[in-house]
Amino acid sequence: MPFVPVILWTDALLWLLVAATVAYLWVCAGRPHLAAPWLRVVKSRAAMVSLTLLAGYGTIGLADSLHFRLALPATAAGGTSAYSPQVLSVLDLALAQLRRSEETTYSAPLATRLFALEEVRRPDGRLVREYPRLRYGGARLANEGERGSDVAKRALAGLGGAALLWLPFGALLWPLRRRAPQVPWGAAYATLGAMLAIAGPVLALSLAYHVLGTDKVGQDVLYLSLKSIRTSLVIGTLTTLVMLPLGAMLGVTAGYFKGRVDDAIQYVYTTLNSIPSVLLIVAFVLMMQVYIEGHPQLFPTTAQRADVRLLLLCVVLGVTSWTSLARLLRGEALKLAELEYVQAAHAFAVPHLRILTRHLLPNVAHIIIISLVLDFSSLVLAEVVLSYIGVGVDPSTISFGIMINAARLEMARDPVVWWSLASAFGFLLVLVLAANLLADAVRDGFDPRVRVGGAALQGTAG
Amino acid sequence: MLAYILRRALYAIPILIGVNLITFALFFVVNTPDDMARMQLGAKRVTQVEIERWKAAHGYDKPLLWNERASGTGKLRDTVFFQKSLRLFAFDFGAAEDGRNISAEIRTRMWPSLALAVPVFLVGLAVNITFALTMAFFRATYLDFWGVVLCVAMMSISTLFYIIAGQFLVAKLLDLVPISGYNTGLLAIKFLILPVAIGVLSGVGEGSRWYRTLFLEEMGKDYVRTARAKGLSEAVVMFRHVLKNAMIPILTGVVVVIPRLFMGSLLMESFFGIPGLGSYTIDAIQSQDFAVVRSMVFIGSVLYIVGLLLTDISYTLVDPRVRLE
Repeated sequence: MPFVPVILWTDALLWLLVAATVAYLWVCAGRPHLAAPWLRVVKSRAAMVSLTLLAGYGTIGLADSLHFRLALPATAAGGTSAYSPQVLSVLDLALAQLRRSEETTYSAPLATRLFALEEVRRPDGRLVREYPRLRYGGARLANEGERGSDVAKRALAGLGGAALLWLPFGALLWPLRRRAPQVPWGAAYATLGAMLAIAGPVLALSLAYHVLGTDKVGQDVLYLSLKSIRTSLVIGTLTTLVMLPLGAMLGVTAGYFKGRVDDAIQYVYTTLNSIPSVLLIVAFVLMMQVYIEGHPQLFPTTAQRADVRLLLLCVVLGVTSWTSLARLLRGEALKLAELEYVQAAHAFAVPHLRILTRHLLPNVAHIIIISLVLDFSSLVLAEVVLSYIGVGVDPSTISFGIMINAARLEMARDPVVWWSLASAFGFLLVLVLAANLLADAVRDGFDPRVRVGGAALQGTAG
Repeated sequence: MLAYILRRALYAIPILIGVNLITFALFFVVNTPDDMARMQLGAKRVTQVEIERWKAAHGYDKPLLWNERASGTGKLRDTVFFQKSLRLFAFDFGAAEDGRNISAEIRTRMWPSLALAVPVFLVGLAVNITFALTMAFFRATYLDFWGVVLCVAMMSISTLFYIIAGQFLVAKLLDLVPISGYNTGLLAIKFLILPVAIGVLSGVGEGSRWYRTLFLEEMGKDYVRTARAKGLSEAVVMFRHVLKNAMIPILTGVVVVIPRLFMGSLLMESFFGIPGLGSYTIDAIQSQDFAVVRSMVFIGSVLYIVGLLLTDISYTLVDPRVRLE
């Protein structure tokens, strides 16, 4: 099918970030002193488990970051080819079944009937109020009584498919173990197995049912949850593109030059810090909203407007959160600037810029890496709260915050509609938990104090 | 001491000016009052007459920084910057979108906010320290390990989940407390129990893990080894020596947030219908009432600066090694 690629801003930056990460790890792999902390990180079982989980999330998020517009079916006049205004991603194609199968309103997970009473005209002409059959969920069943056996059959088939997919990965274990025996590859393999064991049956069932039910307007909740992953990843990672240069440059410069420069930079971050962060973000976002509404001609499609808003939200979060990184780096740079090797560089008349980039930045890199990984989970959680307040992503973007916001009154219904909230919180919890566990491992691997402290602790405990 | 406090207080002035300039730039320069009027009036096709009327009603019809037409000091005073931004320094916040006086509103709404925030803060501190001390006491055992795992898991759960699940479980299913609402005086207690409990619970993970690290850091120090060498029991070492010394970073760390307790909690108050400053702010955000948001930004930064000042003072009070210069 012919298509035209659409490169959204966040797509381009996300892929750029992926490329940069790969390049960085490549550089690390070639230098033992850079690879050592990462080896300490992956030695931890928890880190391998969470890396595998994050890789799963990342695959979904990146598949959702390749956008294009499909060609419309050629019309009779069909000279030039026209493209649909709807921007789709590779993930949308893979989940086409889920995306298209919209019901009219709520339906419970794996249900065959709607959750709400509707007036239905029977074949014999009578009007009855009943729970109508779903358009897609279990529609292929002639007899609803067979639902249990049908679900079991499909789940087993999915499980079988997952096993077939999983077992070949086992062959990779041996060469990996031989190359890096200290890494717990078994933990990663087991996690992969668990992920596939869940994903296989879910995907198999999703072809015929709404595995996590549908929401108020009848959209499949599983589809919404999977689409939300990209938004979370974008917020958690792209924010660093703003935060990192600001925090690293200003922090190290302040600590190195001291005096007036230090005063000025400290003044800037104390001022920014003194504004309650939520309110600062609110102020930025409100202003951005006014601007976007005042200049509709700049954003031709909804997808582009939503994308620019998502990107600007990252910028805003970056501008409000670089201060803590800058403060940490300033403190470290103050200490480093007094050390002999920096003094020696001065004595050799090495220019300031070179001292900053060659001698100071590499020696604070561990702080930067630790705080980037640590910030990821808090940024993901912040998006949820901000979208809930109404100053987060564009309402047309699919995100966990928007899902929770839309579902906030569902717990007050009777009977309770729990599946939207449960899915959003479930997917969110796994993502944030994995990120937090990884952050712990990264801190243990990179922070020299943790190693010294740990050794001292073992000494006292023994 | 007095001279020190005075100097620190003077240091606050440039910061507040900076805050003022940032808010002014955000609210008036990036978008002109015309944009704001269009946004407030809603419709796409608003006539210029309507915009002018809205601006006149809200006092945005003046020049931004310099009024050519006024005379004398009026050139400076009769401007948006003076009327809307500089007046904040005198805690004169003007009127909200609905015409009510913001200062009066703040004075009545700060009490419900405090009634929620102060118990959350105090109970939270006590719970976190107890939990952290327990983990540190049983360090390097299964209790410690699973305690840390619990903390990480609890940190990973969104605050919204604690609120929604707590409200559903305790207020709706078990019907122990009202779902939301507020009352004055002692009658407020039944409305506050659940929000306080949820507020404490949602902070336990992060707080106790942080305090545990502080305790462990303190336990690696020389005086602890000396105390053990004297033959003191582990309990005495922990409670007499480690706890007291670890309280220094803990106390000085939390002092900075104490003044901010006035601002209340955005989420908690809006979910539980508590008429405090948090729900006031969130209502203002949702109705895009810029005057209220601007005032809350200013109050927030004043309170933060007070917090910084209190932190400096508390250092000198609890740690005799710190001297004011």
